[in-house]
Amino acid sequence: MHPKRKQRLLVIGVLVCGVGLTTALVLNALNENINLFYPPDQIVAGLAPIDQRIRAGGMVVEGSVFRETGSMTVSFVISDLAGSNVPVTFEGILPNLFGEGQGIVANGRLGADGVFVASEVLAKHDENYMPAELAAMQGRKPPMGNTVNAGSNGYSAGG
Amino acid sequence: MIPELGHFALALALGFALLLAILPIAGTYTGRVVWMRSGGSLAAGMFVFLLLSYICLTYAFLADDFSVAYVAQNSNSLLPTYYKFSAVWGAHEGSFLLWTLIMAGWTLAVALRSQGLPLDMLARVLGVMGLISIGFILFMLLTSNPFERLLPMSPTDGSDLNPQLQDFGLIVHPPMLYVGYVGFSVAFAFAIAALMSGRLDAAWARWSRPWTNVAWAFLTVGIALGSWWAYYELGWGGWWFWDAVENASFMPWLVGTALIHSLAVTEKRGVFRSWTVLLAIATFSLVLLGAFIVRSGVLTSVHSFAVDPERGFYIMVFLLLVVGGSLALYALRAPVMRADANYDGLSREVMLLVNNVLLVVATAAVLLGTLYPLIYEAMTGGDKLSVGPPYFNAVFVPLMLLLLIAMGAGPLARWKRTSFDELWRQLARIAVVSLALGVVLPLVFAGALDFWAVAGISVAVWVVLSLVQDTLSRIAHKGDWSSRLAAVPKLGAGYLGMWVAHFGIAVSVVGIAMVVVYSDERDVRMVPGDTVEVGGWDFRFDGIRQVDGPNWSADEGIITVLKNGRERFTLRPQKRHYPVRGMIMTQAAINPRITRDLYVALGEPLGAQAWAVRVHYKPFVRWIWLGALLMALGGVMAAVDRRYRRLAERAVERRQNVAGQLAEGRS
Amino acid sequence: MRAPSATASRPGLHRASLFIPLGVFLLVLLLLWRGFSLGDPHALPSALLNHPLPDFALPVLHEPDRIVSSEAMHGEPFLLNVWATWCPTCRAEHAELNRISKEYGVPIFGINYKDNPAEARRWLARFGDPYVFSVVDADGSLGIDLGVYGAPETFLVDADGVIRYKRVGAVDQRVWDTKLAPLLAELRDAS
Repeated sequence: MHPKRKQRLLVIGVLVCGVGLTTALVLNALNENINLFYPPDQIVAGLAPIDQRIRAGGMVVEGSVFRETGSMTVSFVISDLAGSNVPVTFEGILPNLFGEGQGIVANGRLGADGVFVASEVLAKHDENYMPAELAAMQGRKPPMGNTVNAGSNGYSAGG
Repeated sequence: MIPELGHFALALALGFALLLAILPIAGTYTGRVVWMRSGGSLAAGMFVFLLLSYICLTYAFLADDFSVAYVAQNSNSLLPTYYKFSAVWGAHEGSFLLWTLIMAGWTLAVALRSQGLPLDMLARVLGVMGLISIGFILFMLLTSNPFERLLPMSPTDGSDLNPQLQDFGLIVHPPMLYVGYVGFSVAFAFAIAALMSGRLDAAWARWSRPWTNVAWAFLTVGIALGSWWAYYELGWGGWWFWDAVENASFMPWLVGTALIHSLAVTEKRGVFRSWTVLLAIATFSLVLLGAFIVRSGVLTSVHSFAVDPERGFYIMVFLLLVVGGSLALYALRAPVMRADANYDGLSREVMLLVNNVLLVVATAAVLLGTLYPLIYEAMTGGDKLSVGPPYFNAVFVPLMLLLLIAMGAGPLARWKRTSFDELWRQLARIAVVSLALGVVLPLVFAGALDFWAVAGISVAVWVVLSLVQDTLSRIAHKGDWSSRLAAVPKLGAGYLGMWVAHFGIAVSVVGIAMVVVYSDERDVRMVPGDTVEVGGWDFRFDGIRQVDGPNWSADEGIITVLKNGRERFTLRPQKRHYPVRGMIMTQAAINPRITRDLYVALGEPLGAQAWAVRVHYKPFVRWIWLGALLMALGGVMAAVDRRYRRLAERAVERRQNVAGQLAEGRS
Repeated sequence: MRAPSATASRPGLHRASLFIPLGVFLLVLLLLWRGFSLGDPHALPSALLNHPLPDFALPVLHEPDRIVSSEAMHGEPFLLNVWATWCPTCRAEHAELNRISKEYGVPIFGINYKDNPAEARRWLARFGDPYVFSVVDADGSLGIDLGVYGAPETFLVDADGVIRYKRVGAVDQRVWDTKLAPLLAELRDAS
């Protein structure tokens, strides 16, 4: 083979291998490791999958935080302030900025009994910071424009 | 008056930046040597006025001038003085002033240290840096003026610096990071200047290399400091979260690493020229993209600044002009002619190509993961998702393992062609020893085996042993051992810098593998007298006491650590309350050793004297940051290679010739 | 990403491929633009947009004995501003509110949010009081009903008490000129 052709093939070969491998890794990882966000109204409406890793978020309802004595388990209720409430349990240490009336986002799984079992709880960072999911949560409730409801995956029809 | 002076100095600096962007480059087109030479003084002027502006802002902090909105929002009369210095870069406006000042510092450094460059090349480089500076300074004047006053209603006291930033790590982390970020503008400016002039040769790569190495070294330290800070300050014991803002700093690092290696090929062998230029543009583009992500709030993160769409819009337009413009220039001017040099299927060129491909696809995967929430939202019309660390680990770790394997073989491969038999003869033994040590070492330290620990330790040993093998073969021709040792420093700072940096990678890899696999962590409820065992150590909770600081008060836990029933030391984690901001901060207590950290953080009180306590055992966690320091040291070592200085001396003559010719051409 | 230039037997094709990075970049930028406009928090529509103000019964800041409901604000289009003394941005915004109240005669009502009433009264005495009155929302319950993220926030409410616009963050002259004033003029024309 002509050396120049060979050199060129080599470069293309390395590139194709690298890109191909990465694409395979990315597709595989994206399939398994993305967490869809569900606001309380969708969870209450049964639109969230049971026992899959998802993300839920809302405001912690005042007076709902309850710690079991003698263990690290804590339970509370998150709400979208529009009537949909989801009970959450979590075992572990809550973030510093967790509090009643605060917005939080939790990663975890929804049980068949409707209780969200959180593996991780994220609280807002300061008074200027709001997790993007929560900021948008309110935006999706009012009469929706045609942009929101494109029928993309059946989950967006929540409001 | 001082804040107004600072504002005025900022405006003057803009004037200098405008002149710097126009005059020297115009000089190269019209052949006016005086215009081309003006770059140095204009860069100095820009730097001096930005420095003045910066000093004014610092003064406003030290003098508790709460009529300045930025000071009122980020300081307090009770804030300790050393934090008043660092509070200057504690939020968006001031940190961007620092960023711009550093940009001017790099510009001035290029003007001062590039006497060896052809005059027209230097003029173009400084002009490009002036152009970028215009964007930065205008950004501040239009959207982020740090000197804005709260008049006539000035508050009597400020609302304090965010307590998370009241910490040593956060004093040093941002400046390091910014020096690194902005330092890549030099490589960018060199690439653009080369595209403008059409002289994309080995000399261009040689000029860029030391600057790129230094910028890379600073970025490495900056990222490591950020990781260290997150580790001890956030109270989670994590050292990397794949958070959008972390990724924003990591992507330029990855592509910058590719750039360093690609520059080497272009300098030594004259190949991959267009590719190297593209990497230089890509690195700085990712820096700007990172700035956008951090400062626009488009992706939420614990690190991002308060959200402001106006700023985001400005940066987006800036991105479009700078990155879009330079990529368009690249598309039109990058050389498409065939490279002269030949290389074989197995050669150092190909090894470096593998390095580049792996680093770039890894960056692309990180970019995709970082932006995927936006992609998804755009495609579904508003649905939200998050991409967690598992995605990044699943993609990134295999790619890096491949990269590390190539990294062992790379330095041993020769330019142009390497015989496979020769390479195999050197590497076969090393491969066997690496695997053996990869199995034995974790067994010795942890008494348990795990695939990822074996893989991590093996590749780390593999990298180190190949480095040793390479050095040995380079000094083998020198008779006895003492003269061989004496020959090591003569291998050159460039080579030794590579050695140290690669060694640093191996050190970090050991740290990562060990801490990921063998960490032990417990969240427990403890009442005074309770003991918990983590990582072979016993932690006894001895109660809580109250402590007060200058602008906080805290609950301090007293935790006695025992080994085999004997008391060894006490850890005092705190839960601090900062009243001005009403914020609670976790202050972890750490007992650091080279082979392990013991880490204790307080959770919340659970009533009846009980507290939630988080206890970590973190083996080899320090190695992660130690390795990063070694990498940075290697980068700096390579940058001071005498080669570059000799080159500068030779180029002085050439430059005088060019200047002479240009002067003649004009008359 | 493009292959490193090794050879180019057909230069035309090769030159075209040099445009790939530019294309990729423009795509990313487009995406950021989308995400950015979707996520713009200052233009955040409230859950209550085009809904009536939630009911409340809260004391007036300067007359603690007087309990008012939202009806006390109805009559003509007005601004409802969430503020607190602990919020530096409110301080920055305050001059603009004073100006709007004085120059345009727009009624502005305040919600003194999670604050100390005594301090709040001192604050208004010192910096000027643009409010017809402020209600004391000490525990932030009205704030929760309104979906308040923090202070300051400003709602534009029509004569019948229906929320027409919400601004998260400070109201400055630009926001007034470009958003609030035109909307207010519209509401006034309509009523």
